[in-house]
Amino acid sequence: MSTISDAPMEPAGQVGYRPDTRPTWTGRLRRRAVATLPPEKLLPDSQPSYVASWIYVFGALTLGAFGVVLASGAVLAVKGPDWWHVSSAGLFVNSVHLWGTELFFFFMVIHLWGKFFMAAWRGRRRATWITGVLAFAISIATAFTGYLSQQNFDSEWIGTQAKDGINATGAGAFWNVLDFGQMLLWHVLLLPLVVAVMVGIHVLLVRRRGVVPPFPAKGADR
Amino acid sequence: MPTIMSAPAVTAVLVDLSRPGRYVHWGFIQISVANLVVIGLMLLVFILAIAIPFPHGGKK
Repeated sequence: MSTISDAPMEPAGQVGYRPDTRPTWTGRLRRRAVATLPPEKLLPDSQPSYVASWIYVFGALTLGAFGVVLASGAVLAVKGPDWWHVSSAGLFVNSVHLWGTELFFFFMVIHLWGKFFMAAWRGRRRATWITGVLAFAISIATAFTGYLSQQNFDSEWIGTQAKDGINATGAGAFWNVLDFGQMLLWHVLLLPLVVAVMVGIHVLLVRRRGVVPPFPAKGADR
Repeated sequence: MPTIMSAPAVTAVLVDLSRPGRYVHWGFIQISVANLVVIGLMLLVFILAIAIPFPHGGKK
């Protein structure tokens, strides 16, 4: 076990490796993570004064709606289609899942407009902007597979209309919108996982770089 | 005894969900009235979010 033998067996405070500088991958990862995102940045207890505006609320509202969508989707997955199509409680949770998605996109689009007009990629925030764009694009695909999973005439119509379009892109050979099982599994596992990872990285980047400030007023010192 | 309308009944009075959706045609652009209403609401909320002052101003 080289990682243990690399560290000299000396009491703390004496010459040699200190416990926090031992050459282990876990230690290196921890030191890098703490240097990149120190606790006061990861969980701040205050924000700049310019954040006190309603337009800065929509990112958090989007996260809240995303939580509702994930929770209601988990309940639907546990109980199954016989439950969500027939029982009153199932129909209610199904509707919560739909309207949670509607609000998710409603808030996300307003968040996008706000950040676009603030040019939120300023100040080394390009990666924050790009992860947000990717989260938005993959969310559209996730919602699309959800509409294909409704098991009604609407989903049949969407699937048959989309088939030609997806075939035209060349992706139809491996991504078949008429394959209900494939669409359902992409909807409940693969795509939500990617969206969650993108949203997670997006939020961590916001913590690291901070919330973008508004443009300075005309004539003000830049 | 007063009759209380259920939420689906109220919705049915406002919007006839049994009919095909209404669409707006403008040249090659075609959009459903439902989607147009949602876009209008988003624009309204966006403008209100900029115009309405936030209740608790930060100090930092």
